[in-house]
Amino acid sequence: MNPKLIVMVADHQALTTGLFLFVVAITIAITFWASRQTSGTADYYAGGRGFSGLQNGLAIGGDYMSAASFLGISGAIALSGYDGFLYSIGFLVAWLVALLLVAEVLRNSGRYTMADQLAYRMKQRPVRQAAATSTVVVSIFYLLAQMVGAGTLVSLLLGVDSQFAINLTIFAVGILMVFYVTVGGMKGTTWVQIVKAVLLMAGSALIVVLVLSKFQFNLSDLLGTAASNSGKGPAFLEPGLKYGISTTSKIDFLSLGLALVLGTAGLPHILIRFYTVPTSRDARKSVLWAIGLIGVFYLFTLVLGFGAAALLNKGDMERVSASGGNLASPLLAETVGGGAGSTGGAILLAVIAAVAFATILAVVAGLTLTSSSSVAHDLYNSVWRKGQATEKEELKVARLAAGAIGLVAILLAIPAQKLNIAFLVALAFAVAASANLPAILYNMFWKRFNTRGAVWSIYGGLISSVGLVIFSPIMSGKGLDPVSGKNLSLLPTSIDISWFPLENPGIVSIPLGFLLGYIGSVTSKEPEAQGRYTELEVRALTGAGSEVAVQH
Amino acid sequence: MADPTPGPAAVDVRYQASRHDPVYDRLHESAEFTELRRRYHSFVFPATIAFLLWYLLFVVLSNWASGFMGHKLLGNINVALVFGLLQFATTFALAWVYSNYSNKKLDPLARQLNEDYETNRSNLSEDA
Repeated sequence: MNPKLIVMVADHQALTTGLFLFVVAITIAITFWASRQTSGTADYYAGGRGFSGLQNGLAIGGDYMSAASFLGISGAIALSGYDGFLYSIGFLVAWLVALLLVAEVLRNSGRYTMADQLAYRMKQRPVRQAAATSTVVVSIFYLLAQMVGAGTLVSLLLGVDSQFAINLTIFAVGILMVFYVTVGGMKGTTWVQIVKAVLLMAGSALIVVLVLSKFQFNLSDLLGTAASNSGKGPAFLEPGLKYGISTTSKIDFLSLGLALVLGTAGLPHILIRFYTVPTSRDARKSVLWAIGLIGVFYLFTLVLGFGAAALLNKGDMERVSASGGNLASPLLAETVGGGAGSTGGAILLAVIAAVAFATILAVVAGLTLTSSSSVAHDLYNSVWRKGQATEKEELKVARLAAGAIGLVAILLAIPAQKLNIAFLVALAFAVAASANLPAILYNMFWKRFNTRGAVWSIYGGLISSVGLVIFSPIMSGKGLDPVSGKNLSLLPTSIDISWFPLENPGIVSIPLGFLLGYIGSVTSKEPEAQGRYTELEVRALTGAGSEVAVQH
Repeated sequence: MADPTPGPAAVDVRYQASRHDPVYDRLHESAEFTELRRRYHSFVFPATIAFLLWYLLFVVLSNWASGFMGHKLLGNINVALVFGLLQFATTFALAWVYSNYSNKKLDPLARQLNEDYETNRSNLSEDA
């Protein structure tokens, strides 16, 4: 390497590191500011229910548009063309389930956690235990995806590939997320997410405009160049490159599609965001803002993905491919900024890298808050202390739980680096759709639903979705890659326990979750749960008696 | 809450149903509530079925109708891309239609019922 290039690489790394630290400094300042306005449980869990529809809409966007979306989807489009775009459509359409069936009724009938809405008319302890278990499981899968992503991102962008540096990054992200949550509570977390959403939208809009300007804003030209550069021709712009190989892979895609569209409205970290606004009307408004924001963002990723395929040179594309797609957007930013070695390229690369890092921090904070709230509010107070714990005790446990979850996430993320990020996210969606959504919908819309139905559907959906993955080609049976000789499954090739042919369990586990909820309910009698349904229904639809905003 | 309504003094918090406020039963039977529920259900159930089928149609066509999806319409823009973008358009449109519908048809009734609740509730339901 010539001396000039070394200086430039060092400059670019200094710039990227500087921007990373700047992002971290902003979030720490927000957290300290928020901590002075947080006193009771309603502040800590629900930000005092004082956010406006727009603010919460931005925060939902900040919570939802994870690194897997930003880096993963644009990367998938850059590598597999149209099939990468299929993900974003499922992720967006899913918001209609949240808008029409979940957001408003949940705001009116719940308090802090997903379990509150079930516990409204059922036996507290079993349903809270079940709901808290699935909340923690879904959140941990999602958390691992983000932390593994953070490690990869930092090592790729700062050019450090020592395992020690990657582990150090994972550790630092873990410490930061515990700090945001324990110090800033929901208020701090929400503002971190708002800032991140604005940064992410502005950063990607800038790159999108620069990419489109290279093609005189002619989308057809952009697509044509992407298709010819990819070496795959028109097939690059059609579905089938990734999922169309065999009937099994097609059914697998259908299964993934179901989990994506039904999972969003069952993700605990999304659900608790609806509690941060004063009324159900604000919850509706926040989902409307979120749909607009997330929709525009996925249109951006379409341009970023095809833009990367069209504009990156061969060497860069090889790096994108080696990173599983994650480097597509950062390298595209460098290219449209003037290319490697140019000042513009270095600045844009550093900006996009910092935005991606902010994205990860905001999402992990939301997940840590969600799971620690559920541990403290559902497990500690309601199950263990039988509802007798004081607010102060519950908050203390919530903070301890956040620390414990941070520690577990760090310890799991280090071995989890072998796992594919997209797989971890898809699994979280599958569990959310199979375990959480049936219970939420039945509880809201079916009078006959009861404790046994809720417990069966949650545990049934949870166990079947995770269980089927254990017996899927993800875990064993794929054998070695004929080209690289790498083991394609997680377990050693000598073990083959794969009898379930699909990688995505949703097509089996989602109907099973609904079926078990039905069978559990009709095989047990619980007049109290039915009697209380009238109250739940009135409250859900009118807001009569729902939790009000905290007055400071 | 100066004058607590007489009621069961010790409420069992493990079973929330034990602190039931009778005002909900009356509201539940009112004509306004029945109408509110009818309007809500008659919108969201058909709309949910419609957008889920529309989305599944897209997934199924992507899987099993590649010839049709690959058909070029304008330059390099093919049916698959237009179909995908239409999913975005219908999502935005349905969200907008639902927002208008609930502002006009749902919110006024919900507000009215909520006011009724505020005037007639017993204090029993407040200690959660």
